[in-house]
Amino acid sequence: MTLKKSCAIAGVAESRLGVVPDSTVLTLQAEAMVKALAEAGLEKKDVDAVFSSGNWGRLPQLQISEYLGIQPSYSDSTSVGGASFEFHLGHAAAAIQAGLCKVAVILYGSTQRSRQERRIFEAHTDLGYQYETPYGLPIPVGAYALAASRHMALYGTKAEHLAELAVSTRDWARLNPIAYRREPLTIEDVLNSDMIASPLHRLDCCLVTDGGGCVVVVSPDIAQSIPKEPIWLLGQGESHSHAQISEMPELTITPAKESGERAFKMAGVKHGDLDVVEIYDSFTITVLLTLESLGFCKPGTSGEFVSNGRTGPGGEFPLNTNGGGLSYCHPGQYGIFLLIESVRQLRNECGERQVPNATLAMASGTGGVLSSSSTCILGLD
Amino acid sequence: MSDELPDPDSSHYWEGISNSELRYQLCNSCKKSIFYPRSICPTCGGNDISWQVSSGLGEIYACSTIYRAPPKYKDKVPYIVALIDLNEGFRMMSEIIDFEGQVVSVGKRVQVTFRDDIDGKPTPYFTTID
Repeated sequence: MTLKKSCAIAGVAESRLGVVPDSTVLTLQAEAMVKALAEAGLEKKDVDAVFSSGNWGRLPQLQISEYLGIQPSYSDSTSVGGASFEFHLGHAAAAIQAGLCKVAVILYGSTQRSRQERRIFEAHTDLGYQYETPYGLPIPVGAYALAASRHMALYGTKAEHLAELAVSTRDWARLNPIAYRREPLTIEDVLNSDMIASPLHRLDCCLVTDGGGCVVVVSPDIAQSIPKEPIWLLGQGESHSHAQISEMPELTITPAKESGERAFKMAGVKHGDLDVVEIYDSFTITVLLTLESLGFCKPGTSGEFVSNGRTGPGGEFPLNTNGGGLSYCHPGQYGIFLLIESVRQLRNECGERQVPNATLAMASGTGGVLSSSSTCILGLD
Repeated sequence: MSDELPDPDSSHYWEGISNSELRYQLCNSCKKSIFYPRSICPTCGGNDISWQVSSGLGEIYACSTIYRAPPKYKDKVPYIVALIDLNEGFRMMSEIIDFEGQVVSVGKRVQVTFRDDIDGKPTPYFTTID
């Protein structure tokens, strides 16, 4: 059984991003959905499935569906951190293939920058967390810092390697008119920024912004009659290995190892076939570990892999072409934006930052503290 | 600390800590050590589990010096949070204390010590050893 070409993405959109004080999590999602449905040539009454994940409210899946006035016949609020939306795409594909729905919306919105409604992780002190909370590890950054310390000790990875990634990502953001941070950035800037949790500096960390997004997923028959070129799901895999960092089996190997293997196998493509890759960059180290876990380079070599601007504009490995969570936007759970950028690259809509002749893209999400991973491979017909 | 603690899984552990004993569990079926305490072995799924007392000796698996702390810990910075691999084959989070100018890094040998945490609750910490 496979999900290959079981569904296509028909529309994608962001809401306003950055600092959006005159909004709520609900208005941002509504804003994104209206735009994404218009792009898909569909109306709200066509939507029969809702997928969402949120850090806000009580039963957010019910709240957002109620607000939008959708009574879905298929509903999935899988919430596994920032990777949730790559999980949602796989789940939507399975539901569409099973004939349970035809038009799904994947939704996200956050006003964490303006309203700070986000529930912070350290508030949880019970169950498994009781063995971690006495020590004051800031979550999530401290957990990622631990992983970075391990990678550095094992392989000699340097702070400069992490900084390279931040700089290449900023170079992409400079080509994206709606990116939040567009001023030039150097490796020295990253290394001279405040240490937050060693070895991670402030500029190794993602932004904190508001923002929302929507992805409209449709069945193959509907994909035949949409205004834009359909972007097909060719492969998807998912996994999660732990909730808290002390339970992660090996700090340098993320569950992207499993999700990536399944996605590549399903799509029937190889690493070298991909034209553009979007990898969740909550922190610079997240990307290095994910590159290795997905098999783009051998364990311990991701620092070299990203060196000399290799992942930046004009480099041989176009990575995080919208400017990523590090420089474009990061409203808490960033994964939906990996899908949005992948689709736009494949549709050749990216202007200055367009990767020439992109026909095959990957969106690989990571959630929690390197806890969850879903990898999607997308392509043209 | 929440009102629900200790809970049925953790009470024996925290009781050990109050008595300066670092307790962990062993799965009698697959012989793997278990931490944090559970009612089921996460390796084999067995529920024949016994309590053991750790030597409290181990080494640093990963560590980070914290400069930007959660509000409650703001006055403590900088401090070192680490993951420790204990000799008995389990891993736990802790803080490295009393290291007096020694370099604290991955691979460094450490030993458990018991202090009160920020809320006055007996808690296991680690110090470096030669």
